[in-house]
Order: sequence, then C-alpha cells, then structure tokens
Amino acid sequence: MPGKTLYDKLWDAHLVKQRDDGSALIYIDRQLLHEVTSPQAFEGLRLAGRKPWRVDANLATPDHNVPTTERSSGVSGIEDPVSRIQVQTLDENCDEFGIVEFKMLDKRQGIVHVIGPEQGATLPGMTIVCGDSHTSTHGAFAALAHGIGTSEVEHVLATQCLVQKKMKNLLIKVNGTLQPGVYAKDIILAVIGEIGTAGGTGYAMEFAGEAIESLSMEGRMTICNMAIEAGARAGLVAVDDKTIEYVKGRPYAPEGENWERAVAAWQDLKSDDDAVFDKVVEIDGSSIAPQVTWGTSPEMVISIDSNVPNPQNSTDAQGSEGIQRALDYMGLSADMSVKDIKLDRVFIGSCTNSRIEDLREAAAIVKGRKVAATLKQALVVPGSGLVKEQAEREGLDKVFIEAGLEWREPGCSMCLAMNADKLGQGEHCASTSNRNFEGRQGFGGRTHLVSPAMAAAAAVFGHFVDVRDLV
Amino acid sequence: MKKFVTETGVVAPMDRANVDTDMIIPKQFLKSIKRSGFGPNLFDELRYLDEGKPDQDCSNRPLNPDFVLNQPRYQGASILLARRNFGCGSSREHAPWALDDYGFRAVIAPSFADIFFNNCFKNGILPIVLEEEVVDSLFAETFASEGYQLTVNLERKVVVKPDGTEYAFDVDEFRQHCLLNGLDEIGVTLEDAEAIKEYEEKRREAAPWLFLGVR
Ligand code: SF4
Repeated sequence: MPGKTLYDKLWDAHLVKQRDDGSALIYIDRQLLHEVTSPQAFEGLRLAGRKPWRVDANLATPDHNVPTTERSSGVSGIEDPVSRIQVQTLDENCDEFGIVEFKMLDKRQGIVHVIGPEQGATLPGMTIVCGDSHTSTHGAFAALAHGIGTSEVEHVLATQCLVQKKMKNLLIKVNGTLQPGVYAKDIILAVIGEIGTAGGTGYAMEFAGEAIESLSMEGRMTICNMAIEAGARAGLVAVDDKTIEYVKGRPYAPEGENWERAVAAWQDLKSDDDAVFDKVVEIDGSSIAPQVTWGTSPEMVISIDSNVPNPQNSTDAQGSEGIQRALDYMGLSADMSVKDIKLDRVFIGSCTNSRIEDLREAAAIVKGRKVAATLKQALVVPGSGLVKEQAEREGLDKVFIEAGLEWREPGCSMCLAMNADKLGQGEHCASTSNRNFEGRQGFGGRTHLVSPAMAAAAAVFGHFVDVRDLV
Repeated sequence: MKKFVTETGVVAPMDRANVDTDMIIPKQFLKSIKRSGFGPNLFDELRYLDEGKPDQDCSNRPLNPDFVLNQPRYQGASILLARRNFGCGSSREHAPWALDDYGFRAVIAPSFADIFFNNCFKNGILPIVLEEEVVDSLFAETFASEGYQLTVNLERKVVVKPDGTEYAFDVDEFRQHCLLNGLDEIGVTLEDAEAIKEYEEKRREAAPWLFLGVR
C-alpha cells in the first residue's frame, strides 16, 4: 500500500460515515462566521427549532461591511443601512445562540482568516469551514479548510458535519531559494500563471519544496489563501517547527499536557514519502520575479520585467479574444511595459496580505520615502485589531503616515468594496488582495494584484517598479 | 423542515400561466437577511396597489380588491392551484420561502419550472403535477363553490376531492421520505446523530485539544 498524502490523512481522521453514493459525512472541528453569509443560516436554524450542535466550535466576527475609518460609535455608526443591518444581525444571532463573537469594537475583531490563526482557533489537523472561499488560508497550518455556502453553514451549525466527496491530490513543489524582493505572493501568482485559474479544480492542493519551507507562517497563509484562485478549494502545507512555534501560546491553543500531546500528534501531519499524488507540478522558485496581474483574472499575470501580452500573439482564438477584452476593460495597450501603467490608488490589506509581516515588508520600502503626488490615495488596512496594535508598537503606523499613506481600522475594506473604500470608474489600483475581477474593487475599477512590497514601491513611484532594486 | 403527511385546506386559484419568481416575490425583498417574513410580500405587485418596499408594515397598504388572495372566500388557503410553468424565472429560494410564510403547503399545477420545483422540496412545500384537464376541472370547482377544499395525501400520493374522487401524482421516493418525516438535508444528516456522537467520543479521547472550544 502506498503512503498517504496529508490530505488523505486529514480526510480519514474526520470521516464520520462513508455513504453508498460516494458522499461522506465529514466532521468539522471549527466554523468561522461573518456577517454576509450567516444570516439566513441562523434564520434556518431558528425556523427549524434547531440548536447549534457544538456552540463552542464556532467563532464569529464582522469584517466585510465594517468601515475602516474612525468607528468609535460602533455598529450604529455604519452609514449604509444594508451593511449596518447585516452587522447588527450577526451580533444578535451570536448573542442569541451563545456564539463567541469579536464585535466591531473588540480589539480582536478583524478579517475572519486573520483572526482564526491569530487566536489559535485555527490548529493543525483541524477541519475548518467558513462561508467564504478564502477559508483555504487556514490550510497553511496543515488543516483541511475550505469555503462553503449559506445552506452548508446552517448544516454545519446544526450537525457539526458536512456532506462531502473526496477530492484528488495535487502537489505543487516550489524548489530553490527566492531572490530578495520576491515573496510568497509572487510564488502563488506565478503558480496561478502557470496552471491557470482552473488548474486546481477538484484537487486539494499541497504546497511543498524548499521555497515553501523557507516561508514564514504568514507567507504560507498568503499562498494557501489564493489556492482557491487556482481552482482548488483547499490549500495545504505540512507541519514543521515554524507551525508549532506560531501556534504556541495563542489564546485558544492547547496548554500543558494537552499541548505536549498535540505537538506529538502534529508531527505526522505531512505527506508520507511514498504518498502518490494524482498530479505534480514543479516550479523553480529561484527564477520567480516580482509578479503583477495586468488583466481581469489572477492567471493574467506577468513578471515586472515583461510586457503586457498582445492578443495577436495568442495561438488560439479564444485566448486572443479574452486578452483583448481584458485589455479593453483595463484600459491597457498590447505590448506596453507594466511599469508604464499609471496608478491612481494603492491598497495594502485583505486576508491575503494584511498580517504583521506584510506590513513590515511594505513599511521597509516606504520608510523615509514619500507617496507619489500623482496618487489619489494609498491605504493600509491591517487584518485585525491585534495586527494594528502590534504594528503601532513597532512604529509602522508612523512610517506609513509620514510617507503619506492612510492608516486604517481593520476589515476587508477595498478588497471587495462592500464598505466605503472603493475604486472610482477607470481607476488603476496596485492591490495586495486576491481578486482582480471586473468591478471587484468598485464599479469599473482596475485591479493589479501584487505583493505588499511591490504595492509599497508602486505607492512611492506612482507606477510599478522592480522592488528587487530597492531591497 | 415541517413534516408533510396529509393536508386538507381551502384552495386558492391563481389563474394565470407562467407565474414567475419576480411575481411571487419582487426583487427588492431579496436584500433581506431573513428567510422568514416574506408572507406579507407574496405576490406583492399583484396584491397591493402601491409599490412595496422592504421592511415596510404591509397592514396599512391599499389592497387590490381584484386579486384572488384578497377575497374573503380564500382567506386561510393552504393549497394553491396554479397554471402551467409555475415558478419560472430566477433561482431565488425566496419564492418558496414566501409561499411557505404565507401559509401554503402545496401547489398544484400542470407543470413547474425546474429550479423552483426543487426549491419547494427543500423548504417543506409539496409541488404536485396533475394533468391539464384535471387542473382545469379543479379550477372550475374552486370557482363554483365557496370554501372549496382539497386533501393532499402524500403517503398514498393522491389528491382527494370533497366527493371522494382521487387523482394520483408522482413524487420521487427520497423526496417523499424526506417530506413525510420532515427531513431536509440537515434532517437526513441528523439521522446519523448517533454516528456523529460516537465519532466525537473517540476523537475526544484521541485528540482532546480539538474540543477545548472557543470561549
Ligand atoms: S479580505 Fe477580501 S477575500 Fe478576504 S475575506 Fe475579506 S472580502 Fe474576502
């Protein structure tokens, strides 16, 4: 018998019942909840007269709709009534069912995918779900984590289980050492550029290899966060000393004897040497350059030192049409250098890149420099109240403010523009978020996905530059 | 989900074909964070003379006296009699939510739109397909006698008229089972509650740290 992959192990450990039709009941250890996808799930519970199966398996926080400007007046200060009602409803539902929620004025509030790991609510070996596709983030801890729909949120609340079919195994091996100025974000963008946005569809995607091992936990979270952008609902990285070191001492992490036992068990959370993957993709990490997306899908990505594609050079007709449509939407011309794209705004934040390490990388670039006068706005939005606090202890807020960037309160912010932070029509934004779809950051807005260091450098110059020249 | 075994109730006739989901519940009500409370807005545009807004108290709105559900004789109806292609349009689950909230338990029509048909089962409403001629005759009888009632027996899969005449209908066995027992997908999973508890017990012993909980 061949060995097992990490995904196989996690699946087997959570299998409650295998059904005849190929589906299975999988036990869920942790559910994260936010205001947008949970209201009807709670309502469903209430209508059916059901109670949560395990109240303390859930953790909630509002993130998508919260304003990132001064907000001491709390929920009642949210101007948009629809947003306000959603946040209020989350508060009421959590109060009613006894679910722990980090409310708007709690300093632990933040983006769900930032607070889970930060609190130790995300642990190695868990199954983790949330009504949000970027739940894949938590796979950085060797946890089986993926997004679900509202009816499934209700299903997990009521039964602590999910009906699932097993996925296939995909291994992405990133070999070699990254160049200085190249980060986790560049790796995952390069991977998506290589395999495409459907390359991981139907797979659990494990990341391994020297370049992954050398990343911090923050970097691994950035990688797993965007597994979904490559089509894989779940991303995974094996446990190592960094994982254990990160989890240790977090508020919800085990202690004492429980900790010792857990650490012993976590040593096995890696794919066996003789495990068989359905597909393996190898990438040379040392040849990855800083990446910039030019189009309207994360796979429309190029290196900082190359030019925007020309539809005439595309071999298949559909490709050339797609390139032309994207160029039109983005207001770019074929063959132009990415460095010549004029930027209007810069956004440093989102569940992809709003952790302390991301902010440090960005601050290191802008330190002692000034934001370009041509920019309308450069926003820094920390992922949680605790990230904000930590950054302020390190003086990063001052570095940003002195350079002319705005220092905001935590939330999803301009990642999806559900609050007041949006792009205007036709505006170009260097963004550290994860989706560059049409209108994602505001109606008619044009998003370029980059690493925090690249975004910071773009803020200083008003256009993209090769951050390798600055570090 | 509510059980459905048999239902005897007043029949309300919705005498038009291609009733779409926008008609059943207009789009301005989709912003709601709820899935209950749509009853007062069921058929909103047909039912009231003014334009409906979300979160509005409907009790003082001007009613359209010509609309069937506003007629005293159909108050308290639990069976909706409809024409072909009922529920066409979008996939919004708000449509069955609104019908359910209003008090309908079954809809009888010669045909239904696919997605709506499926959504009904998920929400405890029984959609019944009968021959066009049968539906015609039911419409005639409903109009003819005030307080006209039908009985729907899901166990035997028949619609029974007041004179005892029965019409058989088809329903998928699994769906019949779910409705008879009040099981939605959650309900089906809860049939395995023992297996879930057993799993938890074993797991709690092997990995107690997974059960520390968020407090
Ligand atoms: S930061 Fe963006 S991608 Fe992440 S959860 Fe919020 S909206 Fe979704």
